[in-house]
Amino acid sequence: MSAIRHVHRRDFLKTGALGAGGLLLGFRMPGAAAAAAQAEGPAVLNAFVHIGADDIVTFIIDKAEMGQGTVTSLSMLLAEEMEADWTRVRTRFAPVDPAYGPNQGVFGSLSVRTSWNRLREAGATAAELLVRAGAQRWGVEPSAVRAENGAIVHTRTGERFRFGELASEAARIPIPPNVAQKDPTQFKLLGTSPTKLDTPAKVTGRARYGIDVRLPGMLHAVVAQPPVFGGAVAGFDDAAARRTPGVRDVLEVTGGVAVVADNTWAAMEGRRALSIDWNDGPFASESSATIRDYFERLASEPGAEARREGDADAAIADASDSLDAVYEAAYQPHASMEPYNTVADVRDGACDVYVGTQVQTQSRNTAAETAGLAPEQVNLHSQTMGGGFGGKSRDSYVVHAVELSRALGRPVQVTWTREDDTRHDAFRPAAYVRMTGAVDAGGWPTAWGARIVCPSFAGLRNGIDRTAVEGIADVEYAIPNIHVRYAPPELPIPTWYWRSVGYSQNTFFAESFLDELAAAGGRDPVEVRQRLLADSPRMLNVVNVAAERAGWGSPLPDGHGRGIAAVNNIGSFTAIVAEASVEDGRIRVHRMTCAIDCGHIAHPGVIRQQIESGIVYGLSQMKGGLTIADGGVVESNFHDFEVLRFDEMPRVETHIVESREMPGGVGEASTPPTAPAVGNAVFAATGKRIRKLPVRPEDLA
Amino acid sequence: MANIEFTLNGQPRTVDVPEEMPLLWVLRDVVGLTGTKFGCGMGLCGACTVHVDGAGARSCQTAAVNVAGRDVTTIEGLSDAGDHPVQQAWVALDVPQCGYCQSGQIMTAAVLVRNYADPSDADIDRAMRGNICRCGTYQAIREAIHRAAELSGSGGGPAPGSAA
Ligand code: FES
Ligand code: FES
Repeated sequence: MSAIRHVHRRDFLKTGALGAGGLLLGFRMPGAAAAAAQAEGPAVLNAFVHIGADDIVTFIIDKAEMGQGTVTSLSMLLAEEMEADWTRVRTRFAPVDPAYGPNQGVFGSLSVRTSWNRLREAGATAAELLVRAGAQRWGVEPSAVRAENGAIVHTRTGERFRFGELASEAARIPIPPNVAQKDPTQFKLLGTSPTKLDTPAKVTGRARYGIDVRLPGMLHAVVAQPPVFGGAVAGFDDAAARRTPGVRDVLEVTGGVAVVADNTWAAMEGRRALSIDWNDGPFASESSATIRDYFERLASEPGAEARREGDADAAIADASDSLDAVYEAAYQPHASMEPYNTVADVRDGACDVYVGTQVQTQSRNTAAETAGLAPEQVNLHSQTMGGGFGGKSRDSYVVHAVELSRALGRPVQVTWTREDDTRHDAFRPAAYVRMTGAVDAGGWPTAWGARIVCPSFAGLRNGIDRTAVEGIADVEYAIPNIHVRYAPPELPIPTWYWRSVGYSQNTFFAESFLDELAAAGGRDPVEVRQRLLADSPRMLNVVNVAAERAGWGSPLPDGHGRGIAAVNNIGSFTAIVAEASVEDGRIRVHRMTCAIDCGHIAHPGVIRQQIESGIVYGLSQMKGGLTIADGGVVESNFHDFEVLRFDEMPRVETHIVESREMPGGVGEASTPPTAPAVGNAVFAATGKRIRKLPVRPEDLA
Repeated sequence: MANIEFTLNGQPRTVDVPEEMPLLWVLRDVVGLTGTKFGCGMGLCGACTVHVDGAGARSCQTAAVNVAGRDVTTIEGLSDAGDHPVQQAWVALDVPQCGYCQSGQIMTAAVLVRNYADPSDADIDRAMRGNICRCGTYQAIREAIHRAAELSGSGGGPAPGSAA
């Protein structure tokens, strides 16, 4: 590791500019620095691989870890091709550097997908360098030796050199072009489930998250933010706050007032003692009810066309049976267990930022802009995240720490309380969708219509925000007449990517409504999907596997029902069969049977965990969501914003379909079909149709 | 401010803090033991769970003055080598995802497996419903608690580092 620190950043960049081979060459150790580093023993083979004389192989991870197993999965890609000894693998997070691409980060469940080829190539190249170094020592052709489990082996004699013995020589060998990668049938590590590399640290309290960063002289701060969206500070009286023991300072920051103290608790106490005069602005009189009225109005306006095939309006007018139903979903905070936080240490011409972020490059740039520095003057130290779910891909929580450290000349940690995190997050947008459809005399769907009203945050193209219509406009079902329209409301409530994005609510609307069409046509929900997916083999397959494994059609206990839902997102295909009942006015989910086709698999254990994780996230959005009153969020903490708890956890069975396709994402695969599968199961059990998220007791009565 | 003396992970410790300061922040910001996590600050999530005289306690709801003279164990002190049966089971089943809630989950589970030789699923539900995991590791935790109970049973004697 020390080798990396000794290399001049400029040398990295210079070699990067000269090297024709791209990424790997770009990060090769330049001569002088390499010599200095190698005097100490360890060697850097490329941007991702570093080998110590002690045989410890350190992988430099350019993505971030938020519980989705990235560190382990990416290490497996490297170790597989390199034939590293898995017990000697260590990892560290990469700095922000152009060598890792223009926009480092984790979003869209892309980590394994974008790394599959790139990291395997890096691993294979590292192995090839070691092979050549070994061949040189023995004076034989490279083809006479091979890499095997942390060593280079002379194939004929069986003699071996450990990686650490060859590392320095390997680092001096020119990088060969076109190194062959393993055929997947040769994989030893990929496709198995070794204990995740960071598990031991996470069960002993040793794991460090952003919120655990402690620097000498560091102060702790919390920030009071406007209770009304779009509001601002008009003035404040900080006399009482400053008298609070432990409080050091009170400062106005962008969009709020910060209390800085010796510890987090003193800062929170100081904030309680603050008296702030807020300029609430025009949104102060708005509520969930007025927002709903607004959405409802927009739903009857023409809107922009997201998809049009055939003539849905005519098909509905002509149909023997047509349906018209309004579906709704509430705003959702991400509610990671680790609330937002950042440590910044701004000094003359430099700034260190310690933050768990899904968007490393962007967070570095935000810090630079706030500190008045060039991006290269900011050192971003990526921290393990205690959950992210999309929330940490918006880095507004970086700003205050930088502002405060710059003003006070010492390191400052800003911590959001749970109340801040619930009320001042950027939320999964609320949505209001009017679904229309029709079935023919045979009971098969003939028309699919939707008027989607949902705030836009990803930008409009031809009037459409893809994140607002995905899950409804892009269904794979072979329905002859489709008409999906969209209208974006404008509100000052910040909205953002939330695990599975538009699919998180739209798949609930679409898959529930398809169930309504099946019921209207007197058809079995699985039978309808099988027919409409005849030309979508991967979707059809997961529907069949989930139905079969769940025992679709077999008898159930009294009061229980089964429901199915499926989705194609993030390059994967996922179907879930839920078994549920309603007890004491609440939904009880007994069993979730999930089938996923996510292509090639790195770590099946991680995939199972992500499926369970996404299901819990989906069940949570059935249980709790946000309401707006007086222009702000009503809920504040886990007593009024409810999430799934231990005793509500259903039995989850995950069936990973064997596949040779390119890897798909998994982190966001199971959230979309969860709520509709459960809603459809509730309908099967009780005849009650769920059309709103979260589900309130009155919706079940 | 008051000098508060207590035992922390087996060692005597004195801190000079306001009496009402929650133990959570004494641990994290004064002592510098950050394994105990802040999740809600209201006793709603269990991320801050520690043992006080061997019983599970939400450190965000425990005033510093109330641990004077008592025995506090945090995740860092649960075992010497990270090998408490609960920790062993957690590793064997590779439970953590983001891991942020896991200190609290493990401290709660450690009390459960000490009190119940063979906890039923209903016992586990009751003990664990106060600990939130947003990553949804509940199913793995259930399995790990059964495993930890087996390990505790077969190991014989009190679990290493367990209080009381
Ligand atoms: S932080 Fe103490 S229970 Fe949540
Ligand atoms: S493992 Fe992430 S909150 Fe539990």
